[in-house]
Amino acid sequence: MFRNQYDTDVTTWSPAGRLFQVEYAMEAVKQGSAAIGLRSKTHVVLACVNKASSELSSHQKKIFKVDDHIGVAIAGLTADGRVLSRYLRNECINYSYTYESSLPVGRLVVQLADKAQVCTQRSWKRPYGVGLLVGGLDESGAHLYYNCPSGNYFEYQAFAIGSRSQAAKTYLERKFEGFMDAREDLIKDALFALRETLQGEKLTSSICTIAIVGVGEAFHILDQETVQALIDEFEIVGEEPPADEAATPDQSSDAEPGPADQGTPSDQGATPMDI
Amino acid sequence: MTKQQANWSPYDNNGGTCVAIAGADYCVIAADTRMSTGYSILTRDYSKISQLADKSVMASSGFQADVRALQKVLAARHLIYQHQHNKQMSCPAMAQLLSNTLYYKRFFPYYAFNVLGGLDNEGKGCVFTYDAVGSYERVGYSSQGSGATLITPFLDNQLKSPSPLLLPAKDAVTPLSESEAIDLVKTCFASATERDIYTGDKLEIVILNASGLRREYMELRKD
Repeated sequence: MFRNQYDTDVTTWSPAGRLFQVEYAMEAVKQGSAAIGLRSKTHVVLACVNKASSELSSHQKKIFKVDDHIGVAIAGLTADGRVLSRYLRNECINYSYTYESSLPVGRLVVQLADKAQVCTQRSWKRPYGVGLLVGGLDESGAHLYYNCPSGNYFEYQAFAIGSRSQAAKTYLERKFEGFMDAREDLIKDALFALRETLQGEKLTSSICTIAIVGVGEAFHILDQETVQALIDEFEIVGEEPPADEAATPDQSSDAEPGPADQGTPSDQGATPMDI
Repeated sequence: MTKQQANWSPYDNNGGTCVAIAGADYCVIAADTRMSTGYSILTRDYSKISQLADKSVMASSGFQADVRALQKVLAARHLIYQHQHNKQMSCPAMAQLLSNTLYYKRFFPYYAFNVLGGLDNEGKGCVFTYDAVGSYERVGYSSQGSGATLITPFLDNQLKSPSPLLLPAKDAVTPLSESEAIDLVKTCFASATERDIYTGDKLEIVILNASGLRREYMELRKD
């Protein structure tokens, strides 16, 4: 993509019928660190790479709980992502207040998409520079959506966004047909896909965040010890993911609803400012 | 020329009584389950108690439609707090929020008479008592609703040390044990039920302590 005379304003079309500012916003998503989502019939797993900009700083928060049944992972301008998460949370709270039931995921993503579209058609605004993987559960089952800055949204079985996401997508394309199965395998697949985006760098629980939502399980972020235990389990087995369900460490401790718990300090390479 | 009278009131009083007692490491919150209007009973099985947070439980008598609306507003505000702070609201924080929420409608009040009970940041029992527009105070025990005039003097007598009648109160909370406090509450309601027509049917008791929340029920006279 090169600079041209039609890319100054979001409200200027190019002769080829493109809105360059919107496309540039989607570039911002591609530059962000990777975020991955996958779903089975009953669960949705969101995973992301959490690289701190220096050893002295804390991680960027990239996964947000929106409601007990919905969470989002973001890639791109994380500030925009934070603001949109606040919007999503508010929408869920207002819906629950009025209808005393959970906002269906499909409705939420449409509202989000419409909000993004507004920014593509106002000269005094700019598009949101963040892509959101919205994972959630409602009466019609488990869903994973991708909302992009253009105002489009798509439903996915599995998807990856951000830098080096293509490697993860290739892995997911191979494996997605098997996603109807156990929750533990879904998390393992997420970790494998995440590892693909690291291109050889060692996967440890201090640089990634995993969150899950499922039937009977409110959206929550897995704590660092659990994630590290899972990583250790499959890295011992070797490069290939285990063929059958290996005995997993106490998964029952994961099923705690409530506020998130990200990056608690542990012995292995945690940055000092982990909150 | 006589002053124009309202031909309709936005409020109704659904009756009922609420009590809360704070102990050293527990809090007991109780309310009857009768809902009335005028001299009629609407239902014998309506809960006036709502858990607002891990360690905050509110019991409210008055106009139950306003009570329900108030509970929903506080629940939504608590969710927002959890998203922003990554933790549950403490009972004193919830107490302030309730006060602000009530005063927000100073000129069209929630017709709700509340007692908020729970555990404070140190794990000690706390009770906050309110009027309809949010004036509140931390106390060792309180009672609100149609049977309050019958119960409060009895509690003043039985829970001598946290009573504000010996000004200032000798203890912040009652030295009674949890089971003694529960028995006292049952006695209060049994007596109030005898004389207050709006109190009766069933007593719902919520006990909050370090191990969590527990519920007990006791039958009351149905007349």
